[in-house]
Amino acid sequence: MSRTEFFQGNIACAEGALAAGCRFFGGYPITPSTEVAEHLALKLPKVKGGCFIQMEDEIAGIAAVIGASWTGVRAMTATSGPGFSLMMENIGYAIMTETPCVIVNIQRGGPSTGQPTMAAQGDMMQCRFGSHGDSSIIALCPASVQECFELTVKAFNLADQFRTPVFLMADEAIGHMRERISIPDSVPYTGRKPAEKDTLPFKPDEDLIPGFAPFGSGHHVPVTGLTHDWRGYPATTNPDLHAELVSRLYHKIEDKRNGIADYEIENREASVVFICYGAPARTVAQVLHDQKHDGKDDLGCLRLRIVWPFPEALLEQFPHASVFIVPELNLGMISREIQRHTAVPVRSVSKIGGELHTPRELLQVAEEYR
Amino acid sequence: MTRDDWYRHDRLPHIYCSGCGNGSIINCVLEAVSDIGWNIDETVFISGIGCSSRAPGYIQTDSLHTTHGRAIAFATGVKLANPDLHIVIFTGDGDLGAIGGNHFIHACRRNIDLTVICINNYIYGMTGGQGSPLTPYGKKSTTTPYGACEMPFDLCNLAVAAGANYVSRWTSYHVTELTKAVTAGLLTEGFSFIEVISQCPTSYGRRNSLREVSDQILYLKNNAVLHQRWKRMQEKGEDLSSDQFVVGEFIRQSRPSMGVSR
Amino acid sequence: MRHEVRFSGFGGQGIILSAVILGRAAVLYDNKNAVQTQVYGPEARGGASMSAVIIDDEDILFPKVINPNIFVIMSQEGFLKYGAGAPGNAVMLLDSGLVHDRPSCRYYEIPASREAKDRLGKIIVANIVMLGSLVAATGIITKEALEAGILSSVPKGTEDLNIRAMKLGFDLIMEGKGEP
Repeated sequence: MSRTEFFQGNIACAEGALAAGCRFFGGYPITPSTEVAEHLALKLPKVKGGCFIQMEDEIAGIAAVIGASWTGVRAMTATSGPGFSLMMENIGYAIMTETPCVIVNIQRGGPSTGQPTMAAQGDMMQCRFGSHGDSSIIALCPASVQECFELTVKAFNLADQFRTPVFLMADEAIGHMRERISIPDSVPYTGRKPAEKDTLPFKPDEDLIPGFAPFGSGHHVPVTGLTHDWRGYPATTNPDLHAELVSRLYHKIEDKRNGIADYEIENREASVVFICYGAPARTVAQVLHDQKHDGKDDLGCLRLRIVWPFPEALLEQFPHASVFIVPELNLGMISREIQRHTAVPVRSVSKIGGELHTPRELLQVAEEYR
Repeated sequence: MTRDDWYRHDRLPHIYCSGCGNGSIINCVLEAVSDIGWNIDETVFISGIGCSSRAPGYIQTDSLHTTHGRAIAFATGVKLANPDLHIVIFTGDGDLGAIGGNHFIHACRRNIDLTVICINNYIYGMTGGQGSPLTPYGKKSTTTPYGACEMPFDLCNLAVAAGANYVSRWTSYHVTELTKAVTAGLLTEGFSFIEVISQCPTSYGRRNSLREVSDQILYLKNNAVLHQRWKRMQEKGEDLSSDQFVVGEFIRQSRPSMGVSR
Repeated sequence: MRHEVRFSGFGGQGIILSAVILGRAAVLYDNKNAVQTQVYGPEARGGASMSAVIIDDEDILFPKVINPNIFVIMSQEGFLKYGAGAPGNAVMLLDSGLVHDRPSCRYYEIPASREAKDRLGKIIVANIVMLGSLVAATGIITKEALEAGILSSVPKGTEDLNIRAMKLGFDLIMEGKGEP
């Protein structure tokens, strides 16, 4: 069973968190993500074990989320550009300490205060590389209100499964628009792998991921952002140990990227192929729909619901591709990532300023390659 | 359980310099915790960055050694998500008074049920003795080589003004009083703040004419003015000398608090 | 058939709520698809606020309004900013007491604010009057769906007032007021 609603993307994201069993939100209001916090402020106190707290800034927001996660609960924060920048150091801490958490970024125009009420995808590299040091993370990009719900649920599952921060990289257009959403009675659930008794708290299993022992469970886990051994003890000057730890944190995600990949493919035989994620995917869908309506089905599309880790193997799915057209609400971020994985020419169609590409704009680019 | 049962023995010896005050202070805190009879499985030590923040690593509980200045923000999440856990924070004058200042005053305002032990050695010890917001006026550090030209914070006054339920200050010399104060702080619902002034012979004492560890201990002993005496001095219109500081309990109250286990 | 409806007026008239009610009614009570968007900038606070709804029987892919064919305009500033360029084949409903100019497309003059104040004693429901007139004039959703959409959106205790406002909007069209 399910119920139909007419929700904003931000509300759908909050509802997805509740459905996934999120019981802690710590954050700081910032446009255009604030509705996520407001909705959880309304709902979390009414859920058993639920806690909402508005912290003094975004640094404290993500810190509280990481702290809450160590008690074993699912925890999240939501923010936008400036707040996202403030969170970067503690996001690195979550990566290093293998703390599951979900960070929602409703992207707006930057740099700096930029365009608080307009859509952008300018934080796609920041979520991947924003915190210092080598690492890997997982980032999901919804293209509809329905996906704001579904991908938030998925973000919690991936965070728990991989013991890592997971980003829901939405944008103002998707976050603020209202449309039909179907909310199911139950959602898929993959929880944290529990630590076995008497195992070292940071000793990985074969999947490179250690079992999780929440605070209060008697495991006496020493958690530190310093380079640490399997016991969790600092070992900051041991080159081999640092290399082993950081490589494992990287590979536990990157080695699974084909399994993590979440995407839609249209027309593998196409020679002109769009690659898109987030709001621009809606424009691409309109172009393909209109062209098909006119009897032209020579265009193809790869839509990524998960952008990081980047699923480069998918680029092989279009054997006849003569061009990859990549519309983004930035000056060409993921297009460069695509470029380094393929010999097919990549055409970046960047648009900044806050508005979506129109179908006509994208069709014009496609026409150049027909 | 005795105090020594709380130590993580396989982590010892510690990294502190000889003559450092941190050891006695950790002893006092663990003495208080074991006297109260808290369950080791339900107690969490949390810290930021710095010498004092290394303390939780030597304690046999769940612990969170976090980023610089943010210990209280992390602890807020732990406590609100599981109010049954007892939480003690180790921090220092730089970690709490500078980079973590905003989290500190907001935790006092919220009056969240945490106990914060701030070890004030007047400088950033771990990184070689830079000036902090608590370096006394005129005193030398590597970043105040001509003497600090800024006025320092009084963290206890700050905590009282911001709404903490329990605030006191002692020194590494006053171990009996300190243990009692920590016990009182642990037992007080809401935010408890205990500042402990401590010697750092390596990075502070030797730059400020307190070469021997004993010089600095005597300095703490001789310049500590009891809160009650300070009140009498004020009535007579007397002032503290530039080296004197007030010790004792500044407030114990029951403002509404959050994160208390029910 | 894709309909693109653009609402504009000044802050406080309930322009955003009107669009949300229309979209919700279409989706929940008329089994259509709808996407509602709005202008969020600070200029939307005091100046001209704008919200748009796309209604379609099919899936709505591109979510932004490109060529609005229906306009609901409730202030002169809103007209100048969001209504003046309406194409010839569009239809516009305007609050005739508040909008002084007239468009070059087909339009209905709805004295919504005045009638809401005179007949219902509450100028605050002028937006609901406009919604009633919009649905009566264009049939983009059913009247029943609109009623259900209003009832599920307005604060408790104001249902009766709002339904009377909606019906007043129907009547203003039936009475032939504002025929082009």
